Amino acid sequence: MESVKQILKQALAEIEASDKLPALDELRVRYLGKKGEITALLKSLGSMEHEQRKAFGQAVNRTKGELAQAINQRKQVLEEAALNQRLASEKIDVTLPGRGQQRGGLHPVTHTLQRISDIFSRLGYDIATGPEVEDDFYNFESLNFPPHHPARAMHDTFYFGDGRLLRTHTSPVQIRSMQKQGAPIRVIAPGKVFRSDSDQTHTPMFHQVEGLLVGETVTMADLKGVLQTFVNLFFETPLEMRFRPSYFPFTEPSAEVDIAWDKGDGKEPGWLEILGCGMVHPNVLKACNVDSEKYVGYAFGMGVERLAMLRYGVTDLRQFFENDVRFLRQFH
Amino acid sequence: MRFSINWLKQWVELDLSNAELAGKLTASGLEVDTVTPVAADFSDVVVAKITACGPHPNADKLQICTIDHGADESVQVVCGAPNARAGISIPLARVGAVMGEDFKIRKAKLRGVESFGMACSARELGLSDDHSGLMELPQDAPVGMDLREYLELDDQAIEVELTPNRADCLSIQGVAQDVSASCQVRLQPLEVTPAEVTVDDTIEVTLEAADDCPRYVGRIIRGIDPAAATPLWMIEVLRRSGIRSISATVDATNYVLMELGQPMHAFDLDKLQGNITVRRGRSGESIELLDGKQVELDDSLLAICDERGPVALAGIMGGLHSGVTESTTRILLESAWFKPATISGKARDLGLHTDASHRFERGVDPQGQVRAIERITQLLLDITGGQAGPLVHAVSEVHVPVQNPVRLRHARLNRVLGIEIAAAEVTRIFTDLRMQPQFSDDSWTVTAPSDRFDIEIEEDLIEEVARIFGYDNIPAAHPAGELNPGVISEGCVSLRLIQQALCAAGYQEAINYSFTSHSQLAQFRMDEHVLPLANALNADLEVMRTALLPGLMETLSRNLRRQQDRLRFFETGTVFVQRDSLTESAHVAAVACGNAMPEQWGLQARKTDFFDLKGDLEAMLSLRGEDSALLDEVEFRPAELAWLHPGQSAMVAIRGEDIGWAGSIHPLILQQLEIRDPVLAFELDIDLLSKRETPNTNIISRFPSVRRDLALLIPEKINFAEVRRNVIDLSGDLLANLVLFDLYSGQNVEKGYKSLAIGLILQNVSCTLTDEVVDSLVQNVVQGLEKRLDAQLRG
Repeated sequence: MESVKQILKQALAEIEASDKLPALDELRVRYLGKKGEITALLKSLGSMEHEQRKAFGQAVNRTKGELAQAINQRKQVLEEAALNQRLASEKIDVTLPGRGQQRGGLHPVTHTLQRISDIFSRLGYDIATGPEVEDDFYNFESLNFPPHHPARAMHDTFYFGDGRLLRTHTSPVQIRSMQKQGAPIRVIAPGKVFRSDSDQTHTPMFHQVEGLLVGETVTMADLKGVLQTFVNLFFETPLEMRFRPSYFPFTEPSAEVDIAWDKGDGKEPGWLEILGCGMVHPNVLKACNVDSEKYVGYAFGMGVERLAMLRYGVTDLRQFFENDVRFLRQFH
Repeated sequence: MRFSINWLKQWVELDLSNAELAGKLTASGLEVDTVTPVAADFSDVVVAKITACGPHPNADKLQICTIDHGADESVQVVCGAPNARAGISIPLARVGAVMGEDFKIRKAKLRGVESFGMACSARELGLSDDHSGLMELPQDAPVGMDLREYLELDDQAIEVELTPNRADCLSIQGVAQDVSASCQVRLQPLEVTPAEVTVDDTIEVTLEAADDCPRYVGRIIRGIDPAAATPLWMIEVLRRSGIRSISATVDATNYVLMELGQPMHAFDLDKLQGNITVRRGRSGESIELLDGKQVELDDSLLAICDERGPVALAGIMGGLHSGVTESTTRILLESAWFKPATISGKARDLGLHTDASHRFERGVDPQGQVRAIERITQLLLDITGGQAGPLVHAVSEVHVPVQNPVRLRHARLNRVLGIEIAAAEVTRIFTDLRMQPQFSDDSWTVTAPSDRFDIEIEEDLIEEVARIFGYDNIPAAHPAGELNPGVISEGCVSLRLIQQALCAAGYQEAINYSFTSHSQLAQFRMDEHVLPLANALNADLEVMRTALLPGLMETLSRNLRRQQDRLRFFETGTVFVQRDSLTESAHVAAVACGNAMPEQWGLQARKTDFFDLKGDLEAMLSLRGEDSALLDEVEFRPAELAWLHPGQSAMVAIRGEDIGWAGSIHPLILQQLEIRDPVLAFELDIDLLSKRETPNTNIISRFPSVRRDLALLIPEKINFAEVRRNVIDLSGDLLANLVLFDLYSGQNVEKGYKSLAIGLILQNVSCTLTDEVVDSLVQNVVQGLEKRLDAQLRG
């Protein structure tokens, strides 16, 4: 019995002293393994007297349990220490820059086009496109511009010399859509348009979004409502609006729309023109074989660059087409 | 159209502030551009008279003037103006006067002589740009009177921007008529009495082109004083309308133009020969216009002719040789009506734009000619003296336009505007607009006055009612009706996704003009089938682009010059190819230059190469959906394209259809553009690349896959696509995927060969693969490659 106590004492001391997992495992083998000392003691039980064997067996088993527990405890301690050591050695500087590709970005005009399209999509408008090279019929005649009419002078047109021209507005898409689809119709036409004018406030190419809604119960009051909704959504704030009479050959009555715009110069907001609109002229409906007695429609058109300038504080229109990457990277 | 508010007030009884008036004008369709004071801000400037003028003892260019300014004592003023002389009336800023914001006139000593005030030029008073000398006032100007009061300078000029349909407002009479309706104020029309005819000088007028010119009213005035001065009130009205005074005769025609809207012309009768004929021009005829421009005539131009030929371009400009001069004493006045369609566009075609053409193109009142000529006769007789001959009134009544009655239904009005407007209100509006409404059957029949050219159909009347009623009084509502949304097809990749994919891969979107120079396209050999503009702004914008690449390369090169060295751009847009017919197609293109990745730690810097670009392109194409791995729908086929490096260029195809190209820009082009690093680029047709199919789910195998790696020596000349195709073919159905994980040539590899390391991922959908099956498959692949491609398995 003494020898058991002796072994226990010694083993516990050795377990306590072991500082590496392999060493601890060696101890486990030495005491508890198949050929270990405790195992040897158990094997010696067979040669003992019954009484003695019972007492001795109990003692050895108890000792075995104690040792196993001590080894496990020690193992946990050592494992935890090893993990801590590993974690400490794996420490990194999380403030170092991340790796990877630098993201590009969309052009501010595209951002604005998408924003406008999104708003009108939610209002139930489909998106239509059409050719950029048009002819006189689609660009002017069907839109009620008589030949030689002074209204044509408002559109400085690029011609190809054979009757074709670059569209001066996206309004031809109105005609094409109505010819194809008839009425009722609810559509916007975003796209590039061209006018032979180039100075500080004009570029020979720019972008427009034109909208058209034709139905049996459409009114000018609806036109006011939809544009007020659009402006409020686009600028994310309710803006005061003003509709004033104007003239476009393809709408009647026609209006230009101003918003009260705070330039941030400390002065009162001033009126700023942002779009043109009106009730579709009956001649336009007739050109598309739509019954102008049964149907009434409204149309509106807006300059995308102008809206982008207001939205993003761009002061020079020409910047949009200079493609200076330092300018473009500001819009993501 | 520019006019002073004081002038307008002579026509209507206005009880509005200037700001309210401007608001009303804009709200009724006459958009106010500017409202500006007609003179500078000054006080205590009075009418004065120089009574004596003598030399300055110490300065040659200065004079000492004694000036009577209406006070008990005259003042002494030192003056440097060359026209300072005794006897003239001038504006004097007295001591204490304030000019502008803070310039105060004080007693001063100029070269030792005391001066009490400042004699002023017109520019100093903000009345004109004239600073050549003192402003000379009429002799009868009351000395001592405040100049602001004398010239009625507490006035503002309004500039309205008129839409082409509102030619009726190109005169103060027209503006007043409209203001009378929009502000509901009384109009005080101008009374014009026929002039007394005192001589019987007359001329015959023949209307050969009666359709173009159905009315021509003429009158001879003889004995006019060519030196007569234009009265100050007229000069001031013209000045406030932005018109400079030229001579009494010209000023009077301009005045009546601005007053009544009738363009008129005065011929020097002594320079005309015989009678007047209005007819179309004839080829071979020509005329030198007042501005010196020589114009060749033809049948499209309407001319006023005497016996020798054209003396004026009708409705555009008079001829130089028949115009009034400083010695003219006998004039023929012309007050005519020309058809808008005849005049329209002609001035523009000749590079001209005149007050007359501007009005005739848009429409002049066809009933206003007699009144206007009587008005100018009255003015000229007052100003220049002379004797008036009888009116010559040539008219073809059948050709004079008449206003047809137009009907407006009350229900239609309310339906279009979305608001109920009371019948009485509508009747009131039409009455104020001089349209003589007749109301019956719940609708109005109205006839527009002869100066309105925009009232033909019911909608025209709806607009009239709406603008006078006030757009602001129409409420905002929302359209009701069937929502009839169009299809959003899954059958194509949206443009927006394509743009986003390229942004994510580091490309910045650019937008270039759709037109460019021919030479730029030629540089890329993309100048076949171009569509040139007939009226390009300049040579840089003369043809429609046939591809996006040239514009993007210019964008790239311009940015490289701005110290940016790692650049990636993309653009989407239309390109134009003119063969027998025009093809407009939507393209997407990208360019990349500089390092493959932004400069960063832990990553070896290297230049972008073809495979970086190809990876980005493949990522974009994968928006079509993950290709079922081994169908190889997207194909890169070696190709030679003029603008690309011959060994680094490919046509890109999907399911055998070419959709565009990818490659490295030709070094010679880079040299021309002074770009040092290689530039990788692609350009694809968006419609072709974006076609996709709606995904249809496949069964995922429950059984484990097996991977076998092969190291193969392949002859250099055999490209990877061929190897891949053969491996797929030889593997059969069990091949789930194939990866290339190494490519090597050089040391330890036989010359003429390259080493490919390929991983085969094998899987069966219905059972676990056994070693025998896998081994036999791999053996089949290797043997097949050996036979077909002269490949060798490396040890």
